[in-house]
Amino acid sequence: MTEPGHQDHQHAAPPPWRDTRVLRVAVQLVVLLAVGIGVAFLLNNLVTAMGERGLTFGYSFLDRRAGFEIGESPIPYSADESYGQAFLVGLLNTLFVSLCGIVLATGLGVLIGVARLSPNWLVAKVAAGYVEVIRNTPLLVQLFLIYFAVLLQLPGVRESITLPGPIFLNQRGLFVPGPQLSATFGTWLALLGVGLLVVIGARIVASRREVAGRPSLRLGLLAWLAFIGLAVGGWVVVGDPPLTFDPPVFGRFNIDGGLALSTSFTALLTGLVIYTAAFIAEVVRGGIQAVRRGQLEAARALGLSEVDTLRLVIFPQALRVIVPPLTSQYLNLVKNSSLAIAVGYPDLFKVGTTMANQTGQPVPVMALVMATYLVISLATSALMNLYNRRIQVLER
Amino acid sequence: MRRRVVPVSFLLIALVIAACESSPSPSPSGEPSAGESASAVPTPAPPPAEGRLAEVLDRGMLVCGINGSLPGFSFLDSASGETTGFDADFCRAVAAAVLGDPTLVEFRALNADARGPALQSQEIDVLIRNTTWTVSRDTDWGLFAPTTFYDGQGMMVRAADGISSLADLEGATICVQTGTTTELNLADVLGSEGIDFTPLPFGEIEQTYSAYDEGSCDAVTSDRSQLIAQRTTLSNSDDHVILEEVMSKEPLGPVVPHGDEAWFNIVKWVVFATIEAEERGITQDNVADMVGSDNLVISRLLGAEGDLGLGLEPDWVVDVITAVGNYGEIYERNLGPGTAFDLDRGPNSLWTEGGLLYAPPYR
Repeated sequence: MTEPGHQDHQHAAPPPWRDTRVLRVAVQLVVLLAVGIGVAFLLNNLVTAMGERGLTFGYSFLDRRAGFEIGESPIPYSADESYGQAFLVGLLNTLFVSLCGIVLATGLGVLIGVARLSPNWLVAKVAAGYVEVIRNTPLLVQLFLIYFAVLLQLPGVRESITLPGPIFLNQRGLFVPGPQLSATFGTWLALLGVGLLVVIGARIVASRREVAGRPSLRLGLLAWLAFIGLAVGGWVVVGDPPLTFDPPVFGRFNIDGGLALSTSFTALLTGLVIYTAAFIAEVVRGGIQAVRRGQLEAARALGLSEVDTLRLVIFPQALRVIVPPLTSQYLNLVKNSSLAIAVGYPDLFKVGTTMANQTGQPVPVMALVMATYLVISLATSALMNLYNRRIQVLER
Repeated sequence: MRRRVVPVSFLLIALVIAACESSPSPSPSGEPSAGESASAVPTPAPPPAEGRLAEVLDRGMLVCGINGSLPGFSFLDSASGETTGFDADFCRAVAAAVLGDPTLVEFRALNADARGPALQSQEIDVLIRNTTWTVSRDTDWGLFAPTTFYDGQGMMVRAADGISSLADLEGATICVQTGTTTELNLADVLGSEGIDFTPLPFGEIEQTYSAYDEGSCDAVTSDRSQLIAQRTTLSNSDDHVILEEVMSKEPLGPVVPHGDEAWFNIVKWVVFATIEAEERGITQDNVADMVGSDNLVISRLLGAEGDLGLGLEPDWVVDVITAVGNYGEIYERNLGPGTAFDLDRGPNSLWTEGGLLYAPPYR
């Protein structure tokens, strides 16, 4: 840093076109102007083109009757509901598959990332092979492969693989008994709540005693016993079982009742998890390798076990490097879930395209779809940033 | 040094964009002569065209939106490498009428979701893609020329499942292509009869039928003609039956983008001309002899009285019939008894034979 005032004594002030301070501002203004003109041009183009073609921009259609069915929905939906409701179903489906995908992909990714650094030659090479193959082939192709070549080759509904439970596995999906709440469920839940309070209370008392230096009396263990007692006792006392299991049964064409994990959902989820995990594995490997070797040696010198070294020394430090790129992998996963229609899963994008098509209003519908993905992504990255800040605080 | 990299890379990007932009533009010669020279009868050039007609003449190429994956209608024939089918031939008919040469067509394969936006953005000159005429499409997408194929929605099921009517489909999973009228009809028809079903939607026609073929769904629904055509592509076509019930009216026809009535009239009259030619007995083989016919209706249709206002060459109908034949010939060649589909003419017969095809007078 030079002090400008000091130099003024020896040199005249440079002309503005050579003054870095002026130039910096000027460059920024020019870039801003260029971007502004670009955006204005595109917007103007859109508005003019839509005007010329008699297209209107509005969302009045959201209240109209949708008129199409959606195969999978977490909330009750029929063709009589509005387009808005259909859109919500698509959104929930996207959120559901993304959330499951993020959790599973993180688990698998960490596992493979660690495996790549394994001293075991075979494990490391298998993990490396996985990463290279999966990362370098298109997700859409993988989805087709999983759906058409793997899952649809499972036996048909009549020839379902049957496991005790009963659990059925066939090309339409995996069917397990579904929990059904009965009238006594509320009472039982209240008893569980009481049990939980006992556990929390015991914790507090125990920690006070510990601080005071008195023996803890194994209060925690006793409280957990009480909790289990309440849960089991309550189940018997309330009369009718609070939870029943509705087994899947064969219908005319499909398996009805129970909880179903459809093939479309499974294919999409599997594809997203396998694909994203390959990227996460690389992120994790990079993070671990960013931890200085001295840390590992220090941990070994202290006599920590391999697992403890990873858990207590390496991971907490690696996490600081891992989290920012991990966030963008999560965002990719959410966005990639829009390939759902390839395997017949009705996600946000599928419902959006159907809406665009049936209403003849592609621009407003696609704008809405984009805005929704944007909100999901921004929310995801806000959450990850919060988490990132929490772990970064440890840095001195 | 580094400063200089930025403007240079901008320049590079600009060059690349310019290169991409210019590539689809018409060939440097730009003359619409390719069309005119192919005409059989030398005639004075039509008055300078405007709008899309001028655009197509200038380009020397008709951009025709098709399905591309539907045997019998528009499908890439593996033997010849040509796009063949009923819809594809109507694209050729329009090209022959406008440019005088049926080969000057750029086929653009569109899936069901993409066809509406393709019309709205005016990137295609005409859409001939087994598209059902509905009021909302007529107002949102573009104008529908006369129906070339009267169809109805059907349901294909496995013969072994013992399904004889729609009512038997209670609880079934049904494959359907998104962005189609069939997706809505399915909900309408089964919903009003109180039949519970699970739709399994796919964006592309290939996946819809391979999912059905693999057993992912119990039935697949679409226009009956499409079901018949697609049945031939299934692994064991004899195992599948199409239910008798017709769930809806599906009039399929060409669509042109909004905003150009002259162009709409051209596409409309190309369709009518093929129908009129069949009614008058003008065929690919005899059209050359018919030109000087004593029958005034026939000679007028073949250009004896000059251009009647469409802005095309007076003998454009001769070009159309020479290129693809009359309606009956187009039908027989692509869908008739000689083909794998063996489709009966049914409602797609001339009005004189109890069908629905009726062309207004050409005068």
